[in-house]
Parts: sequence; structure tokens; C-alpha cells
Amino acid sequence: VTPDLTPRLTPAEEAELRRRQKSRSIAMGLCLGALAILFFGISMAKML
Amino acid sequence: MLAAPVTIHPVLGFTAILCITLGAGAAGALNQWYEADLDACMKRTRNRPLPAGRMDRQSALHFGVGLACFSVLLMGLAVNLLAAAILTVSILFYVLVYTVWLKRRTPQNIVIGGAAGAFPALIGWAAATGQVATLPVLLFALVFLWTPPHFWALSLYVKTDYAAAGVPMLPVVAGLTVTRTQVLLYTVPMAIAAVAPWPMGLTGAIYGGVATLFTAIFAGLAVRVGVSRETDQAAMKPERQLFAFSILYLFVLFGALVVDRFAQ
Repeated sequence: VTPDLTPRLTPAEEAELRRRQKSRSIAMGLCLGALAILFFGISMAKML
Repeated sequence: MLAAPVTIHPVLGFTAILCITLGAGAAGALNQWYEADLDACMKRTRNRPLPAGRMDRQSALHFGVGLACFSVLLMGLAVNLLAAAILTVSILFYVLVYTVWLKRRTPQNIVIGGAAGAFPALIGWAAATGQVATLPVLLFALVFLWTPPHFWALSLYVKTDYAAAGVPMLPVVAGLTVTRTQVLLYTVPMAIAAVAPWPMGLTGAIYGGVATLFTAIFAGLAVRVGVSRETDQAAMKPERQLFAFSILYLFVLFGALVVDRFAQ
């Protein structure tokens, strides 16, 4: 049996990692949302 | 863009400004990717993400190239091809001509490289009108000729930083006196380019008055730098004043241009 050598994170490190992932996901979501609104606005402006 | 004689749809105007901003950011990212070793040697730049170890070089390269492509594509699809073409030239000019070719080779680096910073005036005008005219070319000349006194004023009092990094800035290569003379000499054509739109009938008296007043103050500060013989960097007050005022100077002149346009 191969021993599991994956470094274990402490609960505090795990929580910090999750917090960073969450804030990055929110930032990415906001960017994509803003981009969708911008593309919609450009489409409307080009049709006028 | 706001000073152009035609109106642009606000969404397309916002998109053009966004593309110019993203393009400038992309060029800056690629500059920092290429110069990470050099930035690490200078106090002013050693806390940037790459030398400080907050980002790896490959990520910076991917981010820069991706952002540059996105900004040019969006400009071409949403605004027009001429604005996208000038944006492409400005990014390539900053990264390839200034950063890769000139910066480490010649003390004239920021003179020629200054063109990269002068392109946005042309891009904004092209975005609004689809063509290039005399006024944006004069604005290009203004920013191009403003760059040497602006950067050389800074380089006079951070000379040791540039010397430590091995960048051949003019004060490092030619000395303080030559640099001060060059600051003064470049101020003359810059002043002509700044005021010229008024007598040429391209702007009104608001821009003309503001440009004349602020250019006179700029010239006065440049003369103080030109005649100074100070060698202690910490005591170089006129140089610091000129550098700080030069930033306000461009901001005020371009603001006056917009006010002048809407007052007509």
C-alpha cells in the first residue's frame, strides 16, 4: 500500500484557503456579469 | 474622444475608454514581466507583484498577452478598426520598441518610448470619428514632447536607483547638467504644441487661456530645474515640483479641452 504523502492542511489553513477561493469566485462572477451587461449594451448601441 | 467634433454613443465611448485602459494595463503587465529582474533592483519598483514574489512570471505573461488580445478585439468589434489598429501599435510600441529594444540600450529610451503614452489621444479621436485629424496629432505631439521633461525631472532625483539597476537614463549616462539642459530644451517644443491648437483655430479661448497659463508655469519650473546645480538628490526641490506639476499639467490641459469643446 502506497502511503498518502499529500500534505494535510490545518483547519485554520483550510478555512483561509476556502475564504480566498470564495472571494476569487465572487470577483470572477462579478467580472463575467459586468462583461455580459457590457456586451448587451454594445449590441443595443450598434443596433441604434 | 470628448473633444472630437462628433458625438459617440455613451456605451461605445465607455467601451473605447475601457479598451484603452485594458490595453495600457496589458502593456504594463508585459513590461513588468520582461523587467522583473530590473524592478527587483530599484526601491521604487521592488514591491511590484513579480519581484515581490506575489505572482509567477508565466502567469504575468499569460495575463498580459490575454488582456492585450481582448482589448484589441473588443475595440475592433465594438468601436472601429482604425482605433483597434492604433491600440495594437501602441501596445506593441510600448512592449517591443520601448521595453525590449530601447530601455536598456540608450538614454534616449523615454524620448522615443514616450510615443507609446501619446497614442491614447489618437485612439480616442479615432474611436469617435473613425479618422485622424490635426488636433489629435497635436495632442500626440504634446504628450510625446512632455514625456522627456516629465521623466527626466524624476530621474534626476532617483538617479541612484536607475544606476543601481543599470538603466542608461540620461542623468546616469550624461550627468545632471546635460539632463537639466535637455529638460529645458524639450519644454520649448512642448509649449508650442500645447498652445498651438488655439491660434490654429482648433480650440477656443478657454483652452487657449488655460494652456498658456499652465504652460508658463511649467516653463518657469523647467527654468528653475535648468539653472539648478544641486547634486544632493534629497535637496532637489525644483525637480520634484516639476515632476508633480507635470502630472497636473496634462490633466488640466485635457480637462480644459473638454470644457472648451462643450462651451462652444
